[in-house]
Amino acid sequence: MAAEPREGDVVLLVGTMKGAFLVWSGADRGEWRIEGPHFRGESVYALAMDQRGGRRRMLAATRSMHWGALIRASDDYGATWTEPDRQNVRFPEGSGDALVNIWQIRPGRASEPDVLYAGVEPAALFESRDAGESWSPVEGLLNHEHRKRWMPGAGGLCLHTILPHPDDDQRMVVAISTGGVYRTEDGGRSWNPRNVGVRAVFLPDHYPEFGQCVHKIAHHPSRPERLFLQNHWGLYRSDDWGDQWHDIANGVPSDFGFAMEVHPHDPDTVYIVPLDSDQFRCVPDARMRVYRTRDAGASWQPLETGLPQHDAYDTVLRDALAADRHDPAGIYFGTRGGKLYGSADEGERWTEIADDLPPIVCVKAAVIGAA
Amino acid sequence: MGITIALPGALQPYAGGSAEVTLADRCRTVAEALAALAARHGGVIDRVTDERGELRPHVNVFVDGENVRFLDGLRTALDEASTIVIVPAVSGG
Repeated sequence: MAAEPREGDVVLLVGTMKGAFLVWSGADRGEWRIEGPHFRGESVYALAMDQRGGRRRMLAATRSMHWGALIRASDDYGATWTEPDRQNVRFPEGSGDALVNIWQIRPGRASEPDVLYAGVEPAALFESRDAGESWSPVEGLLNHEHRKRWMPGAGGLCLHTILPHPDDDQRMVVAISTGGVYRTEDGGRSWNPRNVGVRAVFLPDHYPEFGQCVHKIAHHPSRPERLFLQNHWGLYRSDDWGDQWHDIANGVPSDFGFAMEVHPHDPDTVYIVPLDSDQFRCVPDARMRVYRTRDAGASWQPLETGLPQHDAYDTVLRDALAADRHDPAGIYFGTRGGKLYGSADEGERWTEIADDLPPIVCVKAAVIGAA
Repeated sequence: MGITIALPGALQPYAGGSAEVTLADRCRTVAEALAALAARHGGVIDRVTDERGELRPHVNVFVDGENVRFLDGLRTALDEASTIVIVPAVSGG
């Protein structure tokens, strides 16, 4: 890090197959400075910035092909990272499982500044109640009777999305590929599948109770019960915290895709990046287009100004689309081809921030000083 | 006399910087030697084996020059003065 960041600066935490990068800009988001790689040679599928309780903590899930995966932290904007002696996210003895990868790090509710969650492969939810010092599995999900019937997708069997209800510490929704959406109303002791209306084209029963390949779910904290879902074929919304899902693929070139992000200030505005198909996981017509709805999925519009509109044989993965909290919001995404794009005006115009990074699997955006 | 375990550079920080660890314990198998190593340097063993106690897929363990994957795995028998060498496999991307 060249200089101490100022309040309002933006940092993009970019995870790739060969390390992580921190990409810095001022509040104007005009010029960008790339700093890294951190964790050279290790894949980084999950990153988070935790600014609750006055912290300025970055968290990174690093995976060495040889030596395994763990979570590291930095309190000095990446100048130094913890080097845990022991594997700090681990399945309990007797569970029969061993950690493969960590797919998500999610700071908990503002009211619980020491609580963090992690979603891992094989699919399980972990919780820390000491700001990331130690982690333990959420037993209610680990021992769920459905768990042995979940199946891995191409990326493995992972719990990749964690949405705590912002106002109720007993309620949470998670998404598993391939298992579907699960919800708890009792602080994680019991979990129920919430997939009614979500299609599973790869199963004989296209509408099973569970087993859907959900790629991403998202919501806005001001309206937490309204959920959006990008499926392995299918784009959905639920207005009742997952009880029922309804198709909202209205005007998109494909309802296959991975990434999904809700606007930081408007619960009805959502961004996605449609892909051609499961057989050809590139953007349709080789045109890089982000789609945005401003009416909760009733209609979608392409955002393409500044993005390549020919020969763009590239893809955007489930955690590689992010928004910052400025107004107007900045929107960012990274591609498997190692390109990082950003928009300082909510997606109207895009610029290429980096074009030769390793394959990007994760992008998170944070405004310094904005919890 | 004793069993010697040679560590690759990447694991030496988790063994106090040592490139080699000599075990005074009587260990009859690789698993017993790794358990003895775990008691002293838990961070090393977390990186060599997973939570189930299985060798990580891209880590190789040699006993007196032979890869245990072609012997009896972690049940491979040791002599009193065996040398165990832990190395990362030639994998990457």
